[in-house]
Amino acid sequence: MNAWPLLGVAVVVAGFALRRNPVLVVVIAGIVSGVASGMGVGDLLALLGTSFASNRVLLLFTLTLPVIGLLERCGLRERARQWIDGFRRLSLARLLVSYLAMRQVLSMFGLYDIAGHAQTVRPLLAPMAEQAAARDAPIDEATRLRMRALAAATDNVGRFFGEDVFLAFAGVLLIQRFFDSQGIHLEPFAIARWAVPTAIAAFVIHGLRIVWVQRRLARRKPAAEATDAAR
Amino acid sequence: MLHVEHIYWLVGAFLLVAAFMDARVKRWSAAAFWAVLSIPFLFGDAILAAAQSGVRWPAQAMGVGLIALGVLAARGKLRTHEESPEDDARRRASASKFGNPLFVPALAIPLATVALVLAAPHLRWNGAPLIEPTQATLISLGVACIVALAIGMRITRAPFAESLREGRRLLDALGWAALLPMVLATLGSVFASTGVGDAIAAIVGATIPADNRFACLVAFALGMVAFTVIMGNAFAAFPVMMAGVGLPLLVLKHGANPAVLGAIGMLTGYCGTLLTPMAANFNIVPAVLLELPDQYGVIRAQWPTALILLAVNVLLMWLLVFR
Repeated sequence: MNAWPLLGVAVVVAGFALRRNPVLVVVIAGIVSGVASGMGVGDLLALLGTSFASNRVLLLFTLTLPVIGLLERCGLRERARQWIDGFRRLSLARLLVSYLAMRQVLSMFGLYDIAGHAQTVRPLLAPMAEQAAARDAPIDEATRLRMRALAAATDNVGRFFGEDVFLAFAGVLLIQRFFDSQGIHLEPFAIARWAVPTAIAAFVIHGLRIVWVQRRLARRKPAAEATDAAR
Repeated sequence: MLHVEHIYWLVGAFLLVAAFMDARVKRWSAAAFWAVLSIPFLFGDAILAAAQSGVRWPAQAMGVGLIALGVLAARGKLRTHEESPEDDARRRASASKFGNPLFVPALAIPLATVALVLAAPHLRWNGAPLIEPTQATLISLGVACIVALAIGMRITRAPFAESLREGRRLLDALGWAALLPMVLATLGSVFASTGVGDAIAAIVGATIPADNRFACLVAFALGMVAFTVIMGNAFAAFPVMMAGVGLPLLVLKHGANPAVLGAIGMLTGYCGTLLTPMAANFNIVPAVLLELPDQYGVIRAQWPTALILLAVNVLLMWLLVFR
């Protein structure tokens, strides 16, 4: 076994730790790993080029940017805030927990690409969460940023821990194909149903954390009221 | 028939427009960045097809392009978006003017995607499916974006050029973060073909007491998390850890149920996805999109969920795989 390609991992860890530009770090890590494995320049360039082109699906979300940008210019995020203000009973916890549940259920039906950070979190969920958190008393800038991050985290948790229940999901098929190649034959359904306990656990854990954030917010409010004059 | 390639051409065209707009205001490195990035979208199929049939220069040129992107990314700075109070007031007035119809185009993206995915098997023209069945979700998402844009332009009465300008504004705000997921996935492929995975599996396999099934299980779970953190992708970690630890030690030696081990093992890897900047499209891109000053802000918001869930997964596997 050749352990030298592990140098590429070291480059990634060092680069991220030193906060160098991630794109450059990753490109260098790829080159280091390739050279350390004894690959020729021509082979390495071809490998980089084909892998890069085969992964272009990851930039598909940019197609949402023109419409989202246009709507934002016309006040979509402000409207999301105004809308939340109209629902006095929709607290931060209710908003995020229902989004989490909806995201998980949709993912279970294979609809994991319909929501996402560009199309739903930035224009809708994040401003709604900020506004719901600021309902009873103003919140400071740091708290506002934390609410945005929590909205993004909720989207991730909902997506990840719903999708493996879906039979045709690539993850389930990957598991099935792996065992198939080792002579162990499994039905996709036999695999997917074992993702259910973790899906429920993810909902409970993250849901409780959201409720906890709301509780802490409620407790801090008197202090925030005195110090924060903004908004 | 509508192929996913057609959707990629749209992405490529949008990137070229962004490059052109940056060139007009003499932001040369940004212009070059988007122009090079449009290549895999405009010529991706051609590059891959050529490589398949043994013609390697297009792929090699793309490899050089990737290195150039890395250098350009390091030169350019992420531009934080400046807000003037007038902008804020104008948008608030506009929000009140248009009202709830503003939500319609935003919600049209998911709804039209679902509708198209569901309708895809029935949409036929001259007997051939209109939407390529294997990529129905991605094609539907692309078409839904166009539908939403059309609705948005109708509601706001804004010209098409304005949507391109606003799209480019968001794209420039994302900067290199937009590219990071693709570059990381490329690194994953490089790691896989240079044997990084095998080396890690060998190290994990050599350090655990093979006779203790709980130790094997914990090593498998932590290995899935650690390897996912390094690769940014549980799919890359799964075959490596399963072949290195899961299959030989847990399934064959200790009689673990492969279906349970596979399903929960994969989801254990997802706990690692929540923890790593390498999963840039889930963790770094949203931090930039939401204008968080800390690029690890989203990871900070989700690490407690990830660690508790990891413990729960180990417990679930312990209870379920050896039955």
